[in-house]
Amino acid sequence: MTRPLSAPLDVGFDYTRSLGPTLGRFLSDLRRRRVTGIRGSDGRVHVPPLEYDPVTAERLHEFVDVAATGVVRGWSWIPEPLEGQPLDRPFAWALVQLDGADTSLLHAVDAGSPDQISTGARVRARWRGERVGAITDIECFELSDEPAEEPADADDVTMVTTPVNLHYTHSASPTEDPFLRGLMEGRLIAQRCPSCEKVYFPPRPACPTDGVPTTDQIELTDRGTITTFCVVNVPFLGQRIPPPYVSAYVLLDGADIPFLHLLLGVAPEDVRMGMRVEAVWKPREEWGPTMQNIDHFKPSGEPDAPFDSYSQHL
Amino acid sequence: MRDIAVVGFAQTPCVRETDGTTNGVEMLVPIFHEVLGGLGLTKTDIGFWCSGSSDYLAGRAFSFVSAVDAIGAFPPIAESHVEMDAAWALYEAWVKLLCGEVDTALVYGFGKSSAGQLRRVMAMQLDPYVVTPLWPDSLGLAGIQARMGIENGLWDERAMAAVAAQSRSAALSNPLAQLSGKVDADELLTLPYVADPLRRHDCAPITDGAAAVVLAAGDRARELCERPAWITGFEHRVDSPSFGTRDLTTSPSAVAAGKAAGADGVQVAELHAPFTHQEILLRQALGLGDDVTVNPSGGVLAGNPMFAAGLARIGEAARRIHDGTASKTLGHATSGPLLQQNLVCVMEGRE
Repeated sequence: MTRPLSAPLDVGFDYTRSLGPTLGRFLSDLRRRRVTGIRGSDGRVHVPPLEYDPVTAERLHEFVDVAATGVVRGWSWIPEPLEGQPLDRPFAWALVQLDGADTSLLHAVDAGSPDQISTGARVRARWRGERVGAITDIECFELSDEPAEEPADADDVTMVTTPVNLHYTHSASPTEDPFLRGLMEGRLIAQRCPSCEKVYFPPRPACPTDGVPTTDQIELTDRGTITTFCVVNVPFLGQRIPPPYVSAYVLLDGADIPFLHLLLGVAPEDVRMGMRVEAVWKPREEWGPTMQNIDHFKPSGEPDAPFDSYSQHL
Repeated sequence: MRDIAVVGFAQTPCVRETDGTTNGVEMLVPIFHEVLGGLGLTKTDIGFWCSGSSDYLAGRAFSFVSAVDAIGAFPPIAESHVEMDAAWALYEAWVKLLCGEVDTALVYGFGKSSAGQLRRVMAMQLDPYVVTPLWPDSLGLAGIQARMGIENGLWDERAMAAVAAQSRSAALSNPLAQLSGKVDADELLTLPYVADPLRRHDCAPITDGAAAVVLAAGDRARELCERPAWITGFEHRVDSPSFGTRDLTTSPSAVAAGKAAGADGVQVAELHAPFTHQEILLRQALGLGDDVTVNPSGGVLAGNPMFAAGLARIGEAARRIHDGTASKTLGHATSGPLLQQNLVCVMEGRE
């Protein structure tokens, strides 16, 4: 058996977060090439600063300036850095206890090779030229006994934006696969539940009523009935057709689940539940494994379907 | 308090990559069939369903809702979900049974780690302000912890390799394991580092898989199972997410959960330790002596289906009660970076 169709999907989005008084101070100070900790209930200085004490849960408020130099307390070696990490050449992850702090900050150390770094090694922050108020304003740490660069003036920040980019390979399910391959040939392949005999188009990995795989494959025609619809009057980002237009649920003949598609070729005020429609396909050379092979549906001119024929599918 | 027991357990084979979707349906349908069929139950006999999974792992929104298709949720069911290992879903179901609302529950977890890059996906569980933006990978973080233990004299690379060798050897008796075999710890030490001081064998493999456990209360449990695994202690605790604040060579939350759950005197422990040094750390934290059989299934070093592996530890520990080979066992699950959160479920058989 051939493997199901699969395709890459890159998921990318920015998280934009407000910082509040504690992290706002920390990240604003990083922008100024300064590092600020906070004193915990037991007197320990936490870097990065915590909003609440990890033991007593007391709200913490006493900021303490610490140095941008410190000592490696633990490390690991990354021979092949991954996307997004501070360095694109081999580096060490390290917990760095800054001078004046009692806890450790995680960051990268640009040590060249694993035999250059050891627990207890002295490091200093390598500041980024263009700083925005983020943990990445420290480009990385470097092995050095020398002080870090002098502080500089900069405005406070109140927000931080973190881009996230994750990469996946999504597989179609064994039931979606023949559906998608069928579409490439202009065929509409549905699946029937062997238990309740409901016909799913598009198919699902298991019948949601019975929890069994829908193993029976059947082919449907490209004609059906509008079960319900809405007239889109509102413009939105990425809209492909100027409003007003009609999005309709189409129940293909022989199917038990309607799907949403575009209805054209009829004025919005003339659309009605029960209207009979047929698919308008794109030119064959544009077909792929997608429902977009059907450009839209249009009225077929047949008499309306009686309500009873689709009342169980609303 | 009502007596509640684990009465059924099933899991998929642990494999490097499946062809299925990331919503788990293809993995869940067969194990629901297996676990319910084995107990002579159907879906309508289950009073509460609870699952653990992650949308970041699945790379799609509301993947756990799609997963409900595997149940066949008609007529409507009572259902809940945790964005954690399903061991915590089991805890929720246990509380539901304790409250007397229902007599049975089916808990499941699933994860298709092969769909994405697990080392990067795991960065999404870290502090989003000062840690995630650096994209620390799970192996790199665990490497720091391993080195701290080595430099403090708590374990060494050879002891870590011995844990891996023991896991593979134990997994020979587990037909669902991903990694098994006779390997020599000294030979393992000749292999290159992946995140010095960690070598490949120190890290749980990337696994696709799912697991399901059935809970039942009182007489219902006795009807369903000849030798129910009665839950006598079920506790979870959490440490600070700020791991630069913690002593990483131990796990206060594991110590506390083990004490509260009554880990003393267990004969078998299934530990959710995705890295070899964490198994050694957890043995110490839970006070498990040499007389305790640890990870007879091979543990997660032999197969690590994310969001199901902790639940499967409890299932494996319960199985030793069901088959009569032990009378008191422990299943452990962890969540968060570097053993931040720990759950201990102690089970006993009764004659």
